[in-house]
Amino acid sequence: MPLELEVTPFHYSQVNKIIREHISKGEREFVLRGVNGHRYLFAGVSAEVSAVIYGTPGLDLGAFMRGPVIRVFGSVQDGAGNTMDHGKIIVHGMAGDVIGYAMRGGKIHIFGDVGYRVGIHMKAYMDKVPVIIIGGKAGDFLGEYMAGGIIILLGMNTIYPERPIAGLFLGTGMHGGAIYIRGKVRENQLGLGLKPYALDSDDEKLLESYLKEYCDDFGLDISEILKEDFIKIIPYTHRPYGKLYAY
Amino acid sequence: MSTPIFANFHPDFYVERLWDKCIKCKRCIRECTYGVHIWDEKKKTLKEDHTKCVGCHRCSAMCPTNALIIRRHPSDFREHALWTPWFIKNIYKQADQGGVLLTSTGCALPYKNYFDHLVIDACQVTNPPIDPLREPMELRTFIGPKPEAVEVEEVNGRFRLKKKLPPVIRIEVPIMFAGMSYGAISLHVHQGLARAARDLGTLYNTGEGGLHASLYEYGANTIVQCASGRFGLHIDYLNAGVAIEIKIGQGAKPGIGGHLPGEKVTEEISKTRMIPVGSDALSPAPHHDIYSIEDLRGLIFALKEATEYKKLVFVKIAAVHNVAAIASGIVRAGADAVVIDGLKGGTGASPTMFRDNIGIPIELAISAVDKRLREEGIRHRTSIIASGGIRCSADVVKAIALGADAVYIGTAALIACGCTMCQRCHTGKCPWGIATNNPELMKRLPPEVAYEKIYNLVKGWAHEIKEMLGAMGINSIESLKGNRDKLRAVGLTREEMEILEVKHAGE
Repeated sequence: MPLELEVTPFHYSQVNKIIREHISKGEREFVLRGVNGHRYLFAGVSAEVSAVIYGTPGLDLGAFMRGPVIRVFGSVQDGAGNTMDHGKIIVHGMAGDVIGYAMRGGKIHIFGDVGYRVGIHMKAYMDKVPVIIIGGKAGDFLGEYMAGGIIILLGMNTIYPERPIAGLFLGTGMHGGAIYIRGKVRENQLGLGLKPYALDSDDEKLLESYLKEYCDDFGLDISEILKEDFIKIIPYTHRPYGKLYAY
Repeated sequence: MSTPIFANFHPDFYVERLWDKCIKCKRCIRECTYGVHIWDEKKKTLKEDHTKCVGCHRCSAMCPTNALIIRRHPSDFREHALWTPWFIKNIYKQADQGGVLLTSTGCALPYKNYFDHLVIDACQVTNPPIDPLREPMELRTFIGPKPEAVEVEEVNGRFRLKKKLPPVIRIEVPIMFAGMSYGAISLHVHQGLARAARDLGTLYNTGEGGLHASLYEYGANTIVQCASGRFGLHIDYLNAGVAIEIKIGQGAKPGIGGHLPGEKVTEEISKTRMIPVGSDALSPAPHHDIYSIEDLRGLIFALKEATEYKKLVFVKIAAVHNVAAIASGIVRAGADAVVIDGLKGGTGASPTMFRDNIGIPIELAISAVDKRLREEGIRHRTSIIASGGIRCSADVVKAIALGADAVYIGTAALIACGCTMCQRCHTGKCPWGIATNNPELMKRLPPEVAYEKIYNLVKGWAHEIKEMLGAMGINSIESLKGNRDKLRAVGLTREEMEILEVKHAGE
């Protein structure tokens, strides 16, 4: 039986304290109801636990966390998955700015749109590869300074049909990782020096496996997603600013 | 015809080989990482490429027969007060390579150094000095917020505090080691700093490059840094130290992020930083989750929440024009300590224009921040840690008298390890084994040596500070904090004295 918590009357600090106490007692499943702007939920929690959240968590959901799998029936505010290390955040609504900033591992699946500066400075090392999948559209600076990891942008479940799939400065300064986009972007949206590429068979296999998990999370049909072609954006060098200096 | 490299026509240094002493052992070739010394196989003799010499003095120091002298290159340009060799040669470099001038260490321009215009008081006749060799003298400092007032209650005939005091960090000497990242400096220097901090009862700062596994045992003496690149930042790291420092800015390069050149990103560094080998480790100019004081509060409490309020959170900024107002915002955002890094603060890599031209001197910044926080009645809610150009124990005393709680030293600790200030840290070729990750070069400075030298330096400074306190008739560093009456200005304007809140000598 999961631990059910009605958190409306509590400050975020108390909620986290309760969660931590129960984790130390061996509780592994949580259901949080009445979440309304509570910040930092599960921040820094290092445990293989799962949580279902009803409502809208505040700033930095799951920041620095290592392990928890959090499903949010609602939207999330800025900073969800900030520097997260391992685990998963599944959001059935939209997400704010700077989602997955400097993410080191784990997955973030967003059903709808995301704000600005998402996936900035994501990292990767060996088999530790963070993944962000966005069902809707993204604002400016998606994947800026990316050093590793994968961002997949679908542009499907959006409340902004009139907007382009991504904003400007897409992948500016990226020196590792890859961004996959369903459909096309104009070249002037891309960061300096970047170009869109067609997918090869390895990309397609990889994409399919990540998208399959995404579809399972939201009950979507993968064939619908794969109906349109994807493009790939990768760094043109691992040292975009290497020639910047005179010694 | 190939394009001439103008910079190579005018070397900075001249390597003089005393042939009557040279035994052609080739030690100089092995010691130099820049390729200055060359063996001429045909003539069976040694040659020099002066253009490559950076003036680090490694070869002359290691030469077994003292056969080498490194001097400024004697061939001069015609004198010109405006167009000095510095500007001429920088223009050559940029005309040759077309890039941003990159350098290391702190500001090299001769701005007025306010420490050198402040003198310290001493007791004569009316108030006897104290001899720290015979009488107790306290350098112990508590970093962190202090309560506005202490409330005491009586319970069963015993007195006790009504409210629990907020956590503070106790250091035994008001000198800590500034953030220098694993990557910028070698692991051996980190190990030396950590051990010295433990034995001195103070703290060292990891910088933003993560924490090597061998250093977790020094947690009680560790400040971990959270900078915009978030390198090596995970929950074990955040929990490893006693404080977390959010690095917003740095005196050597205010307004831009850190930059570890790809030359220094080896396999080991790639692992802790989680970026590809050989790529530049770029820290964005801003933290992308901080665009306001409210956002800063957001990150401060994210860190506190993630570490269950067991760690203090410091916020480090560069001293810039509006430093006092910014510091006030930082304190209100919940920072337990404000770190101010002045114009003279060092770095392992900074654009030269930033290093030399951006930011304000630390002395003015300390005083301005201390004054502002006092005026607003929030000085007790934070500690002020000052850094940038602290060269000796008298600088420490002056910084504290101007309002700092403690200081960070960085460059001074590296000089203690043998650094000769050649200002080429960004090349990764440090011949002294300090600012390099090259395994062969690192061996030149074993951790035990780094430890011993750094420990000795701070031990010496601590004793000097005690002597100076004693001379002033003070027996605790706490009584010196913000005690500007112990300082007098020599050769400063009214305006400067107003900002520093000091009187002129003779007043």
